[in-house]
Amino acid sequence: MLAFLIKRSANAVFVMLSVSFIAFMIFRFVGDPVDLMLNEQATQAQRDELRIRLGLDEPFIMQFGTFVSNAAQGDFGISFRNQQDVLGMISERFPATFELVIVATIISLVVGIPLGVITAIRRQTWYAEAMQFVSIIGVSLPSFVVGIGLILIFSVWLGWLPAFGRGETVQLGWWSTGLLTHSGRMSIILPALSLSLFQITLVMRLVRAEMLEVLRSDFIKFARARGIPARAIHFRHALRNCLMPVVTMTAMQIGGLIAFALVTETVFQWPGMGLLFIQAVTFVDVPIMAAYLCIVALIFVLLNTIVDITYAMIDPRLRGAEK
Amino acid sequence: MMLQPVISMDSPGTAPAPAPALEVSNLTVEFPTKRGVLTAIDDVSMRIEPGEILGVVGESGAGKSITGLAVLGLLESPGRITGGKIHVGGRRVDTLGEDELTKVRGREMGAIFQDPLTALNPLFSIGAQLVETIRRHTDLGKEAARARALQLLREVGIPAPDERLKQYPHQFSGGMRQRVVIALALAAEPGLIIADEPTTALDVSIQAQITALLRRLCKEHRTGIMLVTHDMGVIAETADRVAVMYSGRVVETGRVEDVIHNPQHPYTRGLMAAIPSLHDRVETLTQIDGSMPRLNARPDGCAFNPRCPNAGPRCRRDRPDLVTAGPSLAACFLHEGGTQ
Repeated sequence: MLAFLIKRSANAVFVMLSVSFIAFMIFRFVGDPVDLMLNEQATQAQRDELRIRLGLDEPFIMQFGTFVSNAAQGDFGISFRNQQDVLGMISERFPATFELVIVATIISLVVGIPLGVITAIRRQTWYAEAMQFVSIIGVSLPSFVVGIGLILIFSVWLGWLPAFGRGETVQLGWWSTGLLTHSGRMSIILPALSLSLFQITLVMRLVRAEMLEVLRSDFIKFARARGIPARAIHFRHALRNCLMPVVTMTAMQIGGLIAFALVTETVFQWPGMGLLFIQAVTFVDVPIMAAYLCIVALIFVLLNTIVDITYAMIDPRLRGAEK
Repeated sequence: MMLQPVISMDSPGTAPAPAPALEVSNLTVEFPTKRGVLTAIDDVSMRIEPGEILGVVGESGAGKSITGLAVLGLLESPGRITGGKIHVGGRRVDTLGEDELTKVRGREMGAIFQDPLTALNPLFSIGAQLVETIRRHTDLGKEAARARALQLLREVGIPAPDERLKQYPHQFSGGMRQRVVIALALAAEPGLIIADEPTTALDVSIQAQITALLRRLCKEHRTGIMLVTHDMGVIAETADRVAVMYSGRVVETGRVEDVIHNPQHPYTRGLMAAIPSLHDRVETLTQIDGSMPRLNARPDGCAFNPRCPNAGPRCRRDRPDLVTAGPSLAACFLHEGGTQ
């Protein structure tokens, strides 16, 4: 286990260094931040002065080195644009995105897995066929259409749920959570639903395909011959054998959602990281972009580690290394 | 003489003799397909007494596995029983619904399948699968079920059962896994076990151990075993009686030594002649010319007539039934006044 963790950490460091290096290279071609920060009347002296203050006069590799050593201590520098601490800006926004994504993922698993099982074991019934058909629509609808549709139905027509914002939040240390207040919980429903609709259909179709495969296997036939009731066969024996690809896909989707929940956040005016990143790109705010990419990379690395640990929990054959 | 008529189990029996472990009478299994109905099992009858091993032998597609699955109620759709009766331990099972069948399976009839490598769920420990099965069929609590699981593993000859209980299928060899499968089949002490090619996937040296184990368990527990195999050698070593199947029908049945040493049906004779001897070196192996007809292309009359050296016009016209033939029963006109 210790060897595994050390190997993983070394791996993570390497991945993060590579990501930040590539990110840094790309940002050099996005534009000159000095031009964007000063107005057109600024003198050359003012420009040079700012350039030195931001450390942009140093060679590229030195800039990168400074960035890495600072980042390792949690210091991602000051935003070029609004002169605030980058880590502070991100940690202000990150909880909103993270909560949204986690709630959406939980919804997609809680709804998608049973639907997948049911459409697999009852695949000749009309409702399973209907579900398959609806799921194709779910996969192909763009999420902003879903979001706008949900707002129209639940906020405008029915007036049940708020259409935008995050509601009241409670501060837990640096983490601000909306899940502990009523208005916060009401506010997260629509954006989480619109984010999860695509996931639900994905999970459902994946579980269905896996189930159909597993139900054909010998150990299912043998379990039936042992007199194990259908319910236990489907939900205990078969489903557990379907979970590996679901775990993999879910983890990748969580990472993807955190990085790209942008559209949903825009539709629902959700104060998450997506908007921050888009603004940073517009203003060539290199420290924010770099910090953002590093955090996303870190999340992916963490998720991958969690996935590997989950694999070993699900499948005893992968626990061999422990011995 | 026909095969023994079916004793009706529906009326309260007066005979003190125990009910047969398995009684199949005039079973027909059909597979409706787009191009017509295929008859996989055609009017098959067989009977297994408690403590008896009946070997069911035949080449692939003869219907021997389908017979086993039909008894277990595990025919895969669209296969279905369209005629006949199946009694297990005196209870009729072919008319039961799925819920009822789930209660009978494992409790009154167990199963052993061909490939022990795939018959166990890879994600659950042996102990979990045993305890699950035991608790399903008995009132035992967790601890008692565990004790019973240990006892079962000991009984099927697995060393260090205490440690083995916690292990997963991939930590067992093929032969050991088949022992676990047998322990699972025995969990509720069923009166009948359907063993479908239980040794086919195993090394020859392991095969003998497994057949010996089956034989011992059968005699000790008075379990009836239906041993489905294509291997005459396994039948000779293990079974008490044998039913030879060809193209969905039983063509010969009798005591093992009679059928082996004195086969009555031309197909059985061909089958016996095709077993290579260890003692003589031959240039070419004996074989039965041709192949078994496909289900949708069965000839009229006896299904074996295109390959039969003794076939006459009667064989192409009428279908023979099982009649007394020497010490056994055979479905051949040679024993019913000739093939003309």
